[in-house]
Amino acid sequence: MTLRPALFKSALSTAAVAAVSALTLSACVPNDAPSTQAIAVSSTADKCTVSSASAPAGPVVFTVTNDGDDVTEFYLLADDGLRIISEIENIGPGLTRDLVVHVAEGEYITACKPGMVGDGIQSTFAVTASENNVAPTGDEAAQLDAAADQYLLYVRDQIQTLVTKTDAFAAAYVAGDDDTARDLYADARVHWERIEPVAESFGDLDPMMDAREADLAEGDEWTGWHHIEKNLWPPAEGYDLTEAQREALATKLLADTATLSERVTADDFTIDAFQIGNGAKELLDEVASGKITGEEEAWSHTDLWDFQANVDGAAVAFGVLSDIVKTADPELADELQTRFDELNALLAQYGSVEEGFVLYPDLTDEQVQELANAVNALSEPLSNLTAAVVL
Amino acid sequence: MTDAEETSQGPSRRAVLGVGAAVAGAAAVAGTTGFAVGRATAPPALTLNSFAFRGDHQSGIVTAQQDRLHFAAFDVTTDSRDDLVALLKDWTVAAEILMAGGELGDGAVGGAYQAPPDDTGEALGLPASGLTITFGFGPTLFAKDGVDRFGIASKRPEQLIDLPHFAGDMLDESFVGGDLCIQACADDPQVAVHAIRNLSRIAFGTAGIRWAQLGFGRTSSTTTAQVTPRNLMGFKDGTRNLRAEQTESIDRFVWAQRGDGQSWMSGGSYLVARRIRIRAEVWDRTSLQEQEASIGRTKGSGAPLSGGNEFTEPDFTREGNDGKPLIPVDSHVTAAHPDQNNGQQMLRRGYNFTDGADDLGRLNAGLFFLAYVRDPRTQFVPVQERLAKSDVLTAEYLHTTGSALFAVPSGIGTGEYVGQSLFA
Repeated sequence: MTLRPALFKSALSTAAVAAVSALTLSACVPNDAPSTQAIAVSSTADKCTVSSASAPAGPVVFTVTNDGDDVTEFYLLADDGLRIISEIENIGPGLTRDLVVHVAEGEYITACKPGMVGDGIQSTFAVTASENNVAPTGDEAAQLDAAADQYLLYVRDQIQTLVTKTDAFAAAYVAGDDDTARDLYADARVHWERIEPVAESFGDLDPMMDAREADLAEGDEWTGWHHIEKNLWPPAEGYDLTEAQREALATKLLADTATLSERVTADDFTIDAFQIGNGAKELLDEVASGKITGEEEAWSHTDLWDFQANVDGAAVAFGVLSDIVKTADPELADELQTRFDELNALLAQYGSVEEGFVLYPDLTDEQVQELANAVNALSEPLSNLTAAVVL
Repeated sequence: MTDAEETSQGPSRRAVLGVGAAVAGAAAVAGTTGFAVGRATAPPALTLNSFAFRGDHQSGIVTAQQDRLHFAAFDVTTDSRDDLVALLKDWTVAAEILMAGGELGDGAVGGAYQAPPDDTGEALGLPASGLTITFGFGPTLFAKDGVDRFGIASKRPEQLIDLPHFAGDMLDESFVGGDLCIQACADDPQVAVHAIRNLSRIAFGTAGIRWAQLGFGRTSSTTTAQVTPRNLMGFKDGTRNLRAEQTESIDRFVWAQRGDGQSWMSGGSYLVARRIRIRAEVWDRTSLQEQEASIGRTKGSGAPLSGGNEFTEPDFTREGNDGKPLIPVDSHVTAAHPDQNNGQQMLRRGYNFTDGADDLGRLNAGLFFLAYVRDPRTQFVPVQERLAKSDVLTAEYLHTTGSALFAVPSGIGTGEYVGQSLFA
């Protein structure tokens, strides 16, 4: 996990500055988070030297240096020596990493685990009372699990709808009913775009299902949605596919969609809370990289459907985490809600998934710029979501 | 060329040719004549930082990499072989003067009062600033649309391929190809710009700029004495680059050797130029953990994630507690490392660039990748194919908008002009 943004946020809340200016502020002003303690930790084969055995409640930074020859880990444990408050894994020899953690008053245990096996080399660590009020860590882990379950339900539901709508789309396409296929195209893809990071997590499926022509290397076979798209909205005369080619594309798309469905409905398929936050961020990255530029749907120009779907998926991710965020960082929760509302209101000016959207080329440069600014306004705080919920 | 034509070309070329004659006459002090004409009063200390234009190899390749770049690709606008050769001769003379810190022709203020000055003048008072000027020939110089304009089609080296489309390339045709190229590097951006500006002025009528790129900070080190710079992703770049001192490796990976094919290229090299745009806003919102995992190195020290310091060899087998390599298999360092690429290496000489912002207010910035190789077919193409396929950095955060390949001929001796071996 990256934990830096949390420090920036605590600096910000102290300064009571709008989070929009986070980058500027954090870049220019020394971090003045109250009583942040940098505690040096040196991990060797047989020693775990912690430069201070106590710290005041609030944000604490452990600067962990691996001075040994094995890969090491560092843990802050509850006083039972079992429950993990926070950890930093996979520190290569010679490397230094920061662990930032908000801790409440109480007794804790620090542990280095050279070689990544056993209980590690443990010491007690006391957190003393301070003016920083940190809620005791309690059922956050249970909340995160619940959020992950909720999100998984959403993903499975979207994939199920994707399967149904892709079936109808492929049937029309194979039957040569291009008008119907064109009508169904964007609406079916909405369900793909809403959960795209999950699909992308299967490295093999995404390139087969969603590759754009420029993504291919010479000699690669082009399959998936966008090849069909180009066939349905041909850029010029003479871009025709034979019936057999069309059938092959449709069959392949259906098969890959079925594989995707099987994988996410498998019992052992799980989603971690940090993947939800990262997925939300990635959905907005998708908007910023492909949709806002009209590159995703180069032939159908139905980019706004994808745009809305990406935002929908990110909003659900935020939704399942919102209770946790409200506790961990209420200002971030408020800002995210505001930015989602603003972006959705802006998109609503151009249509809806149900009623359809205007096509990308019909947007003026000013309108695209306005959307881009709203995407940036949301993306910047959204990129801090993961760190906020896993601290 | 007749006198009348020469006059109509404007004074710059005529003036340059005039100085060229002077250079030829004083061949024993090659490289200093221009300087004597132009900068006789420059402080001696500042002249130290100048490189010789003539030598076994062209300058600007293993030369300690300067901080600034102005790169230009040209289209030849004539079908006349004589005019092309004349341009190369003029460029040779001018480049030698410029690299020595001199003024072209009658200088910026020394010519006829009623005529525009021969030298544009913005480098007046500036030292040579380590300027190097490196010339190259693109595939289309040898044949364009099947036409052998200059009678050199049979001399096209097999190494000078048409680069394939790589996965994820989003090429903007206005940053692709070129018949000729000039790489001007200097420690002062104004000196580099002055060089390209005056060389392109000399070329009018024979060649025109097709595209150009400014670079403001080096992203490689080409000598062991230089510290590793950072690219615009904030990471150290070029830690493993070839260095001038590794002469055996340089011979093996950079210089075209006798027996490599076209003998006129012996002692030359091949220059790959790729304009790689960084999705800066997306990258900046990426967690430090993911940034480091994408690169395979720490952002601070540049050490590989398997441990050690910047110059420790990456250990691709060392595993973390999840049983996966500490350096992720889809990281940039994994995909690009010589161990993963049949031991192939390149001499990288790239620059950070920022061309303002795009229509959406996004930083139009990235890395202008320049690499010198002995054979692009075995050194650049397979590595780039691997990066395009398996490197998460390339897939998620980069896209290439410009691409070109040039044959960079060997250096020249006294009385020769650049590329003479091709036209002799």
